[in-house]
Amino acid sequence: MIYPDSKIVLEVRGLCATVNGTEILKGLDLTVRRGEVHAIMGPNGSGKSTFSKILAGHSAYEVTGGSVMFEGQNLFDLAPEERARAGVFLAFQYPIEIPGVINSQFLRLTYNTVQTHRGKEELDPLEFDDYVREKMKLLEMSPDFLERSVNEGFSGGEKKRNEILQMAMLDPRLAILDETDSGLDIDALRIVANGVNQLANKDNAIVLVTHYQRLLNYIVPDYVHVMEAGRIIKTGGKELALELESRGYDWVGVEHKAVAGAVA
Amino acid sequence: MSATLQNLVNQPYKHGFVTSIESDVAPKGLNADTIRMISTKKKEPEWLLEFRLKSYEAWLKMEEPVWPNVHYPKIDFQAISYYSAPKQKPKLKSMDEVDPELLRTFEKLGVPLHERMALAGVAVDVIFDSVSVATTYKDKLAEVGIIFCSMSEAVHDHPELVQKYLGTVIPPSDNFYAALNSAVFTDGSFCYIPKGVKCPMDLSTYFRINTEESGQFERTLIVAEEGASVSYLEGCTAPAFSSNQLHAAVVELVALDNADIKYSTVQNWYAGDEKGVGGIYNFVTKRGLAKGVNSRISWTQVETGSAITWKYPSCVLLGDNSVGEFYSVAVTNHYQQADTGTKMIHVGKNTRSTIVSKGISAGHSNNSYRGLVKVAPGATGARNYSQCDSMLVGQNSGAHTFPYIQVANNSSQIEHEASTSKIGEDQLFYFAQRGIDAEAAVSMIINGFCKDVFQQLPMEFAVEATALLSFKLEGSVG
Ligand SMILES: Nc1ncnc2c1ncn2[C@@H]1O[C@H](COP(=O)(O)OP(=O)(O)OP(=O)(O)O)[C@@H](O)[C@H]1O
Ligand SMILES: [Mg+2]
Repeated sequence: MIYPDSKIVLEVRGLCATVNGTEILKGLDLTVRRGEVHAIMGPNGSGKSTFSKILAGHSAYEVTGGSVMFEGQNLFDLAPEERARAGVFLAFQYPIEIPGVINSQFLRLTYNTVQTHRGKEELDPLEFDDYVREKMKLLEMSPDFLERSVNEGFSGGEKKRNEILQMAMLDPRLAILDETDSGLDIDALRIVANGVNQLANKDNAIVLVTHYQRLLNYIVPDYVHVMEAGRIIKTGGKELALELESRGYDWVGVEHKAVAGAVA
Repeated sequence: MSATLQNLVNQPYKHGFVTSIESDVAPKGLNADTIRMISTKKKEPEWLLEFRLKSYEAWLKMEEPVWPNVHYPKIDFQAISYYSAPKQKPKLKSMDEVDPELLRTFEKLGVPLHERMALAGVAVDVIFDSVSVATTYKDKLAEVGIIFCSMSEAVHDHPELVQKYLGTVIPPSDNFYAALNSAVFTDGSFCYIPKGVKCPMDLSTYFRINTEESGQFERTLIVAEEGASVSYLEGCTAPAFSSNQLHAAVVELVALDNADIKYSTVQNWYAGDEKGVGGIYNFVTKRGLAKGVNSRISWTQVETGSAITWKYPSCVLLGDNSVGEFYSVAVTNHYQQADTGTKMIHVGKNTRSTIVSKGISAGHSNNSYRGLVKVAPGATGARNYSQCDSMLVGQNSGAHTFPYIQVANNSSQIEHEASTSKIGEDQLFYFAQRGIDAEAAVSMIINGFCKDVFQQLPMEFAVEATALLSFKLEGSVG
């Protein structure tokens, strides 16, 4: 929801980045305020996941220009784990499997680490078990997933739920959900979207990366951005997503070029 | 390590021979006279001298093995001095005199302060009354008839037992290093559990050898009589230094009917520096003979140190229904090389063996698993399950598996599983994204990878081993 005079959570200015020498982000601008839900759409390979991972601090990407401020501080001054503790959360498009590491132990470590850094109490294994089971109910997840290795052998949809479970636990300031809807069946989509909606409040912000309107039916965005070739080339309200759904992306690019041409 | 263990560290040998000899170090080189000198210095019985000389004769005819997947410059066996009276490590007066690098290591491993002092060689007698504690402990074992002493003591006090079992599991002619050890071993541990006795506590080498430089050629013999059981711990997680580069120990275990021996090792010898310079060569022969029916020999090892490790704790399953187990974690980093594994020799009927091997290689290191499962014609109903998993950390390390299976009995059942995995940057990034730094992440991944082995270790050891592994791999990822 848009709140007047709400504080800026994320301010991206002219962000440029390369991977292995190839330029992927080419001057990206984005401002996100507390309480808002933003959707980023755009063709495959336009740089949406790259952008998400750069915010989270993945070392494969080199930032070559621009700035990112998170809650008033330079995001790039923080190591990836510090960003997470400060409240940057990324639900991965492809959550990685960690064989041998038991999910419940992993979840407890991440929860307690983040809590400690926020000056809050840790939970012992029993308390945590109660806590996490409660959160799992929200996402209609079976407690069986606690005993399995992290994401190992999880179906696509189960992995996504495990991501949102962590979001629910870690209570982020900024949650970036990279195609959390892909791989979810119709019921799961509703359940996960419901979960996200319950987590959204006036103090945090959510950035949804998605290809489809169907997620936005459940989680209604305040802004919709179109990303192409490493830049946000158009921003609109929730109706822009509907327009993209019916017309595709080509016209946005054409329009953008025309505007750019007129300006030049 | 408890206060008990801790104080026993400072307990001098009852039969220490330091005082009884004039010259401390034998001239370099090995010949029959050197061996006679060792035997004389140690006031050994005639049969032991003969055992040594025969071993020496055998060794002369043997070649150094070249089949292990390890590489090192040729060892000049004539440049080694084969006898020196065990020296007390120099005692330091306070922690200020201890090498800061060593302290940092202890810190990382979470070794308690009083224990750090002991391990670093700071006199701790002022803190505890070590003699009384040591006596309590010895009394407790003596009450149930357990003998636990140095090999030298055993030769003097229990010669008939030593003579009965020494070299029966690993004959001197077994291999090059075993022969060398049999000829020149200077000390080690002896442990005897009488019939029907369950040893009331874990026996640890901590108790005995820590204030002394460990011998270069250690000899250990453990005998569990009918229905006896014992859990024996060797080594410790704190780094062990040695002025000798070559170590060639021999460990023999004998389990009679219904006896049970569990032997756990944490090995953290100096591994050389980051460039691979220096470090111990650890060429060990360990074998257990499950001699009686329903007997069990179980090896658990956590190998983290040494520049080169060459070691195959094995089980000969002679008694019907006997059980052999091998649980191993071997970690190599920098330029370390490890070639380790086990042999399970099934001779008796319905014998069972389990092999769980976890190899972790980081840096430029090389880690090989080498295992043999052999089923003799008479071993009907024999079963083996082997699982060999390798984990690679970084781009430049190597993992190899060499499983050998020889089955001469078609009623046996052999299962072998293997896997290779990697700690990747993306896994670490996932942890980081959830607030967990690389060190904690690696520790969690490694722990998960090794849990089947760690859960075999005594609780305290397991906790220390976990910390040790993370420490060993520190900085090798990401
Ligand atoms: N590590 C990498 N090495 C080489 N190229 C990369 C790497 N990471 C991303 N790219 C390239 O960067 C471009 C942007 O990729 P990114 O994953 O950000 O796209 P996306 O917008 O998320 O696409 P999708 O909608 O398919 O998920 C792609 O062309 C991709 O191939
Ligand atoms: Mg993507």
